[in-house]
This record gives sequence, structure tokens and C-alpha cells, in this order.
Amino acid sequence: MDWDFIAGHVNYWMFIVLMMTGLYIVVSSGNLVKKIVGLNIFQVAVFMLYISIGKITGGTAPIFPSNSKGYLEIDPSIVYSNPLPHVLILTAIVVGVATTSLGLALIIRIREEFDTVESDDLVKIEQQLTSADNKEHGDAMGGMA
Amino acid sequence: MAGTVSPHDAKTLIEQLPILQVLVPFCTAPLIVLIGNRHMAWLLAFVASVISLVISYVLLTQVYGGGFISYQLGGWAPPLGIEYRVDAANALVMLLISAIATLTLPFAYESVKDEIKAKDHTLFYACFMLCYTGLMGVVITGDAFNVFVFLEISSLSTYVLVAQGAGRDKRALTAAYDYLIMGTIGATFFVIGIGFLFMSTGTLNMADLADRIANEGTNRTIRAGFAFIIVGMGLKAAMYPLHLWLPKAYTFAPSAVTVLLSATSTKMAIYVLLRFLFSVYNPEFIFELNVMFLVFMPLALIAMFSASFVAVFQVNFKRMLAYSSIAQIGYMLLGIAMFNLSGLTGTMVHMFNHGITKAVLFMGVGALVLRTGSSFYNNLNGLGRVMPLTVAPIVIGGLSLIGVPGTAGFVSKWMLVQAAFENGWWFIAILIVLSSLLAVVYVWRAIEVLYLSEPAQGTKMAEAPMSMLIPMWILAIACIWFGVATDLPLGAASTAAEVLLSGSFGMVE
Amino acid sequence: MHHHHLILRVVTKLLAGTIILYALYVQFHGDFSPGGGFQAGVIMAVAFILYGIVFGLVAVQRVFPPWLVHKIVALGVLIYAGTGIYAMMLGYEFLDYGAFDPGHPSHGQHNGILAVELGVGVTVTGVMVAIYYAFAGRAPRISDEDW
Repeated sequence: MDWDFIAGHVNYWMFIVLMMTGLYIVVSSGNLVKKIVGLNIFQVAVFMLYISIGKITGGTAPIFPSNSKGYLEIDPSIVYSNPLPHVLILTAIVVGVATTSLGLALIIRIREEFDTVESDDLVKIEQQLTSADNKEHGDAMGGMA
Repeated sequence: MAGTVSPHDAKTLIEQLPILQVLVPFCTAPLIVLIGNRHMAWLLAFVASVISLVISYVLLTQVYGGGFISYQLGGWAPPLGIEYRVDAANALVMLLISAIATLTLPFAYESVKDEIKAKDHTLFYACFMLCYTGLMGVVITGDAFNVFVFLEISSLSTYVLVAQGAGRDKRALTAAYDYLIMGTIGATFFVIGIGFLFMSTGTLNMADLADRIANEGTNRTIRAGFAFIIVGMGLKAAMYPLHLWLPKAYTFAPSAVTVLLSATSTKMAIYVLLRFLFSVYNPEFIFELNVMFLVFMPLALIAMFSASFVAVFQVNFKRMLAYSSIAQIGYMLLGIAMFNLSGLTGTMVHMFNHGITKAVLFMGVGALVLRTGSSFYNNLNGLGRVMPLTVAPIVIGGLSLIGVPGTAGFVSKWMLVQAAFENGWWFIAILIVLSSLLAVVYVWRAIEVLYLSEPAQGTKMAEAPMSMLIPMWILAIACIWFGVATDLPLGAASTAAEVLLSGSFGMVE
Repeated sequence: MHHHHLILRVVTKLLAGTIILYALYVQFHGDFSPGGGFQAGVIMAVAFILYGIVFGLVAVQRVFPPWLVHKIVALGVLIYAGTGIYAMMLGYEFLDYGAFDPGHPSHGQHNGILAVELGVGVTVTGVMVAIYYAFAGRAPRISDEDW
């Protein structure tokens, strides 16, 4: 583990830090909106991982140059970056946007129904509802529940 | 390949079938929204699902004896282009998914009318078709990243569908939210795994991945990718400690959605697990064997017992079935952990059989909810005497869930017991039987409520409508049929298991 | 309300048209320069969202009613799939743009990608506006101080 190794893998270090930050926010935060924020950070970390592995040292944008007549002039000496991860991540970003907006929409509905966006309160309300269910329907079955 | 000018052979309809399998439901969803009429919406969805059922059947007959069909999207040859690849393993899963969807839609007609506001019906069916598209796409594609895309299409629409239960119980919203958080973490883990594979092999085509891993061996990146993929798909499949989203989502989702989810969604995830475990990663790698023995086996056993045990104490029929699903997924994972032909065949058959069994049970609960408005046991007292035609399929499904000889459930459990003996694990075989006894307990509780207790005073309950009874009876008869005539599922499943166990399914035969 | 933000309202009116024009440029120039359906769709949606923020939801929904947004989302997907199906009808694989000009596949590619990107652009516009409507259309039940 010398300095070159650490500096040479800087994208992976950032990926790990961002990913763990995001995951930690999702798990630890009690606020539903903050969970979504954490999820976003988590996803963005993955996007960054993909984009960074598409970079090739000295590589330029992967577009073949064309001459004045519009024909491609392919020069084998030019190194291009790998465009595939970019395309993949474009898709993943769209998925991320969809997930975020759907999550926020659900939060709005939850707020309307439960009057809170704190998961502690939600858990409490749900436990009350469940134990009320169990009491009502369990007692009717002779306390078998 | 596009880009070269060469005489072109026009593709026939049969050659286009793999893409049509995804395209038919995919185009139906926007059509439903464009037309915007809720009766037409149902009809379109039903027609599309019937067409795709026919396609799955044709595809299965083509690959039943082995071999595979490859379809290149956009004319770009794999491994660069996206490839759809049909072999016995995924043709069987596709048949299951399309059959369940085709039977769920007639059931959904009345159930959705009852449970969901009329103005949301068109969007409901559009989401239903999108979910179906996603499931089909995940199963048929031969491209690892494409799996993720379709997975998210099906997951996102599933969250919406689960949240539609909010009209009856507001807890559907939190159920959908929890599922969204966990499902997204799972899918993102899966993408990280794919990313690791891509980093070290430079390809995303599953067959090409398999070739490269087999030829060049593994390194730490590939093994880390393996871990991420297993955890990510395990979340989707509700593998034991990752199952927390499942009971709530199944309990509070609208009945029709629960039927579709329980019968297809987790099966799809198990299929992807199988595909990656056996096709992409070479089964000979020692790390994979360790995962089987040290992770899959204990988790499967814990799931079989703890989830069944919890199911015994539920007062809500629907929730009981949800916990039972977790236990049944345990059986499928156990079959994978056996790591022999019989075990894998058992897993494939159990996927199929459990799909139809759970579908009939959840449909039964949905029918009871339609008539009584509740799925709690104490509101269902004695309904077996009041509405015998509706309750009888539930009993048949329950027997199949236990694994009584003569039902579909028996065949798959028998395969698993056989596989355990082949490995010399008689202890595991005993545990399979013991956990089936737990199933006897929870199924018996339901039967006791439905038949042996007195109906409430003056209960006059009509039978469920025909549109529900017919799919329920078809599935119930299928439960018995596949318990007696075991050729179709067993034959396809053993071909599938052979395909999977032969390891790397290379670019060339 | 009409007395406030005079500058904002004038600038918005001037900008809205320009933004749409720029969106169309990004849309149809996407195969020569960076751009394409995704970017163009978002830019197009920005025009409506900006209009909605400044003039209010009612005003923008008069221009672009919610039912139309839903249809447009569906329409774009159908344009996309339709392009692929058209190639299939010509006897090629799904989305094989070479089908549109068998003698000169790269021309076919050109036309095909334009059609597909148009579908993407239409859908992205619709989705972005739909998301904005969905969130902006919900009036909070509580006063501003509580937030």
C-alpha cells in the first residue's frame, strides 16, 4: 500500500466513501425524505464508479473524425475512452430520477395519510394499528393469536 | 450486422418471437393510456397477455429438447449488441409468468373494480402491463445490464401497484415505500456487481461473460461482483434475512397485485440468481461452493422454519400466505444449495408449482375479500359452507402448499428430498418433511376457519363472480394435474437444470 | 398577484419561446453535436415548468393540460416502439435502422435514430412536466410556518 497505489485508485476510494455515506444515511436517518437523499447519494456513487472505469489514460471523446466530404477518417493511433459506461449510466440516471420522484410522491401520500414523515412515528402508528388488528381479530378467535 | 451492405433474408414471424414477447406488453401499456377507457384497458391488457402466453408456449416447444434461440436487437451482433436468448430454463419461467398474468387479468376485473377507485383503473392496467414487461424482459434477456433495466421497470411499476392498496388500508403506502427503499438498494447492489464484472472482463453479454470467466479464471474483483449480485438479487427474491419488505407488501397490496407478485416476481429473481450462479459464474469455482454450503443452505433452512412458524400465528389469511411464501422461497434456495441435478430440477419445478399454488391461494383470498371485505380469519368463519365453489380451490391450493401426494407441491418437494438423499444428507430430508408439517398446521388453521366453524348468523353470501371462479378453478386443476401428470414441468425443468449445470453456456454451442 | 414580479413575468414570456426553440435545436441536432431526446425533452419541459412557476399552475395547465401530458408520455413510447416495429415489418430485427434504406444502411441509421430520439424527446417532456404537475398540484394542508 504505497502512495502510488492509494493515489492511483482515487476513484475507487471516492466510490467507497460515497456509497457508504449514502447507505448509512438510508439506514440511520429517521426522516423519509432524508432516506431518499441517501439513496440518491448511493446511486450517484455507482454512476461515478461506472463513468470512471470508462476513462482510458489519454483517451479522447469517442467520436470518429470525418473529413470535409463527410466520410469517416479512422486514425488507429488515437486512443478513445470507452463510451459504453456512459450509455449505461444514462439509463441508470433515468432510473434514478424515476425512483426519486416515485419515492417523493409516496412520501407526500404518506404525509397526507399519517401526518408525519418520521419513520419512528410511522412505526409507532403502524404498531398500534397492527396490535389493534391482532386484538380485535385474535380475541374473536379465542386468543389463539 | 448493420453497417455492411449485404443481401438480407427477411425475418419470419417465428424468428421475431423473442422480441415480440417483450414488445407486446410493452406497447400495450402506452396504448392503454392513449385510449384512456377503462373497459378497453382491461380488454387490451387481457388480449396482450393471451398473445404473450401463446408466444411463450411456442418458444418453450422450440427449446424443450435443449439448445437455444438467440435474437439480436437492432441487428447488432452479440457480444457488442444486446441479445435475447431463450433456452429451456427461461422458457419455462416465461410460460409461468405469462400463464399467471393471463389468469390474473380476468380475476383482476372484478377485484380491481372493488378495491381501486374507478379513475385510476386505466393507469392501474398500464402499470400492470409495464410490470409484466419488466418481468418478461428480465427473464428473456441475455445481457447483464439489460437485466437491471428491466428489473427496474418491473420494480418501479410494482411499487406503484402496491401503493394502490391505500384505498383500503393506508399502510399500503408505507409498505410500498419500504419496498422502494429495499428494492432500490437491491437493484443498485446488482448494478455494482455487474460493474465489477464489466471492469474485469470488459463485456456485458452473459454468454461472453461466462466464457471469459471460465477461460481466464476469477480474480478478487469478479468474486466481489459475485457477492454484490447475490445480495442484490437476494433482496429481490426475499431470501431469508432480506425478506422484510415482503409480508407488508403482499398484505396491503390489492389482491390482484398480490397474485401477480407472489407468483411471478420472486420467481423471476430466483431465476436471475440461478442464471448468474450457474451460467455466468462457472459452478466449479470453489468460492461458489462455499457460498452454497455456508450461506444458501443455513439461510434456506432458517427461512423454512422461522417463516412457517410465524405464519402459524397470523390472524390475517393474506399475511399468513405472505409468510408462507418466504418459507417456500427457502425450499427453492435449498434446491440450489444441493448443487446436483435433482436439486436444481426441484428448484425449477418448485418455482413453477409454487407459482400456481400461491396464485390460486391469493386469488381465493381476493375472492373472499370481494365478498366479505376482510381477509381476517374471524370474518371468514364457515364460508366453506356458504360459498363452496369459491372455497374449494383454496383447499386444493392449501393441500398443494403442504405437498400432499397427488398435488403439484408434492412433486417438487419429492424432488428436493431425493436430491438430499443423493448427496447423502438424510438430515436435510428430514428437515424438509418437518417444515412441511408446519405447513400442515397453518393450512389446517385456514381450513378449520373456513369449514369447521359456524358461519355468522344469517350469512347470505353469493359465490364469487364467474370471472374469478374460472381462473381459480383452472389453477386448482393445474395444481392436481401437474401433481399427477408430471411430464411437462419435470421434463422442462430437468432440461433447464441440465442447461444450467452444464456450466458456461458459451457463445457457440 | 399580477402586480408583483413584473420583470420576472416579462422575461419569462420572452424566454419561454426561446427555450422551446433551443430544445428543438438540441433535439434535431443531436446526431451532429451533443444532444438528443433526453436533453431536449428536459429543456422543453423547463419552458413549461418556468411558465408554471411564474404564472401559476392554472395558467400553465391551460396551455398544457394534464390529460394531454399523460397522452404525450404514452405517445412518445409508441413512436419509439413503432420505429422498431416498422423495421420488423420490413423483415429486419427490432430497431435495426438499416431497414429504412437497405441500399445505404447509414442513411437508414440516420433516419431511424431521428425518429427514435423524437419519441424519447416527446416522452421525456411529458414525464418531466407530469412530475412537476404531480408535486405542484398538491396544496399543503398546513401553513408555511409549520414546514
